[in-house]
Amino acid sequence: MIAWVRANLFPGWISGVVTILLGATILYIGWGFVSWAIVNAHWTVPLTPQGPDTGLCRDTHAVAACWAVMPEKFRFILFGRYPYDQQWRPAFAILLFVALYILSGLRRFWRRGLIGIWIAALLAIGLLMWGGLPGLPFVAQDECGGLPITLILSTFGIAGAFPRAVLVALGRRATALPAVRLLCVVYVELIRGVPLVALLFMASVMFPLFLPDGVSIDKLLRAQVAIILFAAAYLAEVIRGGLQALPPGQFEAADALGLSYWRKTRLIVLPQALRLVIPPLVNTFTGLFKDTSLVLIIGILDLLTAGKVAIADPLWQPFGEEIYLVLGAIYFAFCYAMTRYSRGLERADPQRGGR
Amino acid sequence: MRALMAAMMMLLPTLAWAQGSGSPTLDAVKSRGQLVCGIAGNIPGFSLPDSQGVMRGLDADGCRAVAAVALGDASKVRFSPLTTTNRFTALQSGEVDILIRDTTWTLGREAGLGLLFAGVNYYDGTGFMVKKSAGVTSAKDLDGATICVQPGTSTELAIADYFRNNKMSFKPVEIQDLQEIRGAFTAGRCDAYSTDGSQLAGYKFSLGSQAGDYIILPEIISKEPLGPVVRKGDDKWFDLVRWTGFAQLAAEELGITSKTIDNDLKSTNPEVRRLLGVEGDLGTQLGVAKDFAVPLIKQVGNYGEVWDRDITPMGVSRGLNNLWTKGGLQYAPPLR
Amino acid sequence: MERDHGRWHLVLRTARTRAIVWQTLILASLALIAWYLAHTTVHNLAERHIATGFGFLSQTAPIPIGESLIDYAPSVSTYARALLVGFLNTLKVSLIGIALATILGVIVGIAQLSPNWLAAKLSAAYVEIVRDTPPLLQLLLWYGLLQALPAARQAWHPLPFTALSNRGLMLPVPHDGTAALHVFLAFLLGAVALTLYAKTRGGRLTIPAIACLIGLPALVWLAQGAPIAWDVPVLRGFNFQGGITVTPEFAALLVGLVIYTAAYIAEIVRSGIQAVPKGQTEAAAALGLRRGAVLRLVVLPQALRVIIPPLTSEYLNLAKNSSLAVAIGYQDLVSVADTTLNQTGQSIETIAIVMAVFLAISLSISLAMNIYNARMQLVTR
Repeated sequence: MIAWVRANLFPGWISGVVTILLGATILYIGWGFVSWAIVNAHWTVPLTPQGPDTGLCRDTHAVAACWAVMPEKFRFILFGRYPYDQQWRPAFAILLFVALYILSGLRRFWRRGLIGIWIAALLAIGLLMWGGLPGLPFVAQDECGGLPITLILSTFGIAGAFPRAVLVALGRRATALPAVRLLCVVYVELIRGVPLVALLFMASVMFPLFLPDGVSIDKLLRAQVAIILFAAAYLAEVIRGGLQALPPGQFEAADALGLSYWRKTRLIVLPQALRLVIPPLVNTFTGLFKDTSLVLIIGILDLLTAGKVAIADPLWQPFGEEIYLVLGAIYFAFCYAMTRYSRGLERADPQRGGR
Repeated sequence: MRALMAAMMMLLPTLAWAQGSGSPTLDAVKSRGQLVCGIAGNIPGFSLPDSQGVMRGLDADGCRAVAAVALGDASKVRFSPLTTTNRFTALQSGEVDILIRDTTWTLGREAGLGLLFAGVNYYDGTGFMVKKSAGVTSAKDLDGATICVQPGTSTELAIADYFRNNKMSFKPVEIQDLQEIRGAFTAGRCDAYSTDGSQLAGYKFSLGSQAGDYIILPEIISKEPLGPVVRKGDDKWFDLVRWTGFAQLAAEELGITSKTIDNDLKSTNPEVRRLLGVEGDLGTQLGVAKDFAVPLIKQVGNYGEVWDRDITPMGVSRGLNNLWTKGGLQYAPPLR
Repeated sequence: MERDHGRWHLVLRTARTRAIVWQTLILASLALIAWYLAHTTVHNLAERHIATGFGFLSQTAPIPIGESLIDYAPSVSTYARALLVGFLNTLKVSLIGIALATILGVIVGIAQLSPNWLAAKLSAAYVEIVRDTPPLLQLLLWYGLLQALPAARQAWHPLPFTALSNRGLMLPVPHDGTAALHVFLAFLLGAVALTLYAKTRGGRLTIPAIACLIGLPALVWLAQGAPIAWDVPVLRGFNFQGGITVTPEFAALLVGLVIYTAAYIAEIVRSGIQAVPKGQTEAAAALGLRRGAVLRLVVLPQALRVIIPPLTSEYLNLAKNSSLAVAIGYQDLVSVADTTLNQTGQSIETIAIVMAVFLAISLSISLAMNIYNARMQLVTR
């Protein structure tokens, strides 16, 4: 044990000093945080006839966290303005999403049938959230919010972007069609050069001008279209990397067999290329999942926005830090799981020289 | 897909012609069976959901009034929360039928944005709120202060003019999100928070026990007439919205309330009889039923009742918003 | 001779003809969609009485702007100037952010490979946590923390003539700005000359060299009339007057962007260093070089080749993420454009300007990095 400490924490003179400094800082900040968040924290507030009494919580906020805000507000943060008695539906939708992610991650499901599973799952989630069937009353777009919206925007985003990305990636490599190649290059460079915020503004403000009178598309759908356009550009680059990594022998062999362009692509090229790029694909999805938080700026009630609106209530207004920490933990849970998964894939892939 | 849209586009005008009300917006509302109303959703006294999720406030009741007149049922409203930056584009694009969102009537907005203001439901003005501990008693003491204001509002223009006029300077902090800007003010990032006086009153009221730490400065530095907004190009809809407001004022002038309306239907006063549709055809001229005012007053109330329900609990007196007979500016042209 | 009418049939079936046909079809349908969209848009704009054209740029802008690098006065300056102020604010935070993020990223990247267990684990945890939470959330958290600083009247004074409060960090600045700029430029010139001189002479600092470094700026300063007046921030009324202010909005955005981007740069640096064959490190150690020297002289120059391309996209991401400023009230280009869009109603023109500017920024950063990359390439036969 001592030998380990000696070797790892104090290998050298300077290193030893660094260890002491880092250690002291961690202990100081760590103890401060722990005492704020756990030791001194208030877990409940007294309930008066006028509602919860947050006075003590407020006065001691500098030294004590007020976790009582969570049981009060977690339903709003998770589900937005969804009708109270129907909230089992978004909860179930969240479980369906998680199941879909886990299923897609298992290697034995990497077959053509996976596309069918995705379509079925997304349809089921759509029906569940919006209803309109007997037994499932209709819930308007404006009332959906919270975690399901984040999941919907990112998942439908990547699902919608995927076919377009494949087409654009293929188009970019089509040497026989220079006009198509130019278009694909322009599209990818244009979208990658502008921030997502600008695209969201364009969607929320300019799209309605492009449509004829009487046709209007919902705010959420507009944001979804913008996210699909955005994701397709980045995904196209990832897929193009996979196409480039494929040994040219594969293409030549397919041509020698007399396969047409589309059959070659569908049967030989794409399955291999996509399998190569699954880790960067998962990373792109992780990035998209985080980027959906930007819809705060155009007023859509996703997880982050719901958190902010929750503390609009004057009673709970000072407790922003607690809410942000919980939101951060939720995002972290999803994203960390995805990055661990992609790293595990990379390591285990025999083609990359993994064990 | 495009063929379908083109076919739809060709059918829509025929549908409107077939219905014959002459107002595409009113026809859309009737066929939908619901009024889509743009509000803020976070301003106490104007549009804020209560603990059951029901939208309460002066603007919300304004939406209900239009729904009562257009559809006969004040509950057939879908509220669409909008921010200061997307409120106008939502109205221009047709996403909402009407915008009642604490919006100030200005020339720039009417002439430059293709919108029309259908009356004034609240005569307001820009004010300042400061912490009592700052020791400031007048807006003229605010030279060099940092002021929190939302971008894209007429408030930021008003305070820029005021400070320029009085040869004072200020540092702006402009954050779009309402909660974020109020948080910055209470945290002490700014010395003063500036917005419409009505919003300041509502905010102070919502602070509950902490309200005593803040004061609203006496100066009102600009005129901010707030009212419902509709798109240009639909005159009949504009008439309907505007005269809904006037009908509520006329009802208050004539002493008709939601409680007395059943008796007033039997009144012999010709003005009362015309307003309530017992005589004349005011309603049909607007494209709605003759007795359009009856569900309006019964389900929503006259202007005074709406004020007492939404604004009086915040401790704001009628002031400029009183009837012209009582020294205020609210004046309804004759309904005849 | 046979009639050649069969040849046309063959021409139509060649790959080239097919390619031309396909491309014409695709281009034609895209053109049709574009025409349709344009037609509908023009019709909608006319119907809603929304003005078009870029004329609004010469109208006066009544919007107040909190911090700007150039002169700006609301209702006196034009919208064009307001957008320029926003653009300069974006550049300011992007350039400083890129510099700081690179420094922090390299430090953390190297720390992850350090034999010191604490340093390695700590940097790994930092990278993991920062990369798995949304940047907007981090930004709001930093802004909230900065608001916990004391009020102006109870400001801290970490150094004489400075002040730290929830209004920002106030720093003193020389009163005569142009003179100070000249002195600073002279100092830079001297430093550059010194470096070039040292390279040619084998890196020894001689007395004349140091004299050059100090003497040149001193001469310039004397030539300007030896100004010594400083603008010191003094609390007057509500705020500090004088000196320059680093606002909490700018600080929160900078800190948020630097910490977020540095985590990604650390990963890039780490994988770049790990991509250098282990044999290089072993050979250098066999030559007797210490760890620091190995890193500096052998590993990093080779790692740079692998690091530079992904580094370019990280710099671009930082410049694009600066648009998050709109959520915390730092008036960058997107924020000013948003307000302009609102007050004038001309959404298409404003958004087109924003996108054009960002494309220009992206292209310039890409170009600069490509030139640097080309110079660093391995010269192969």
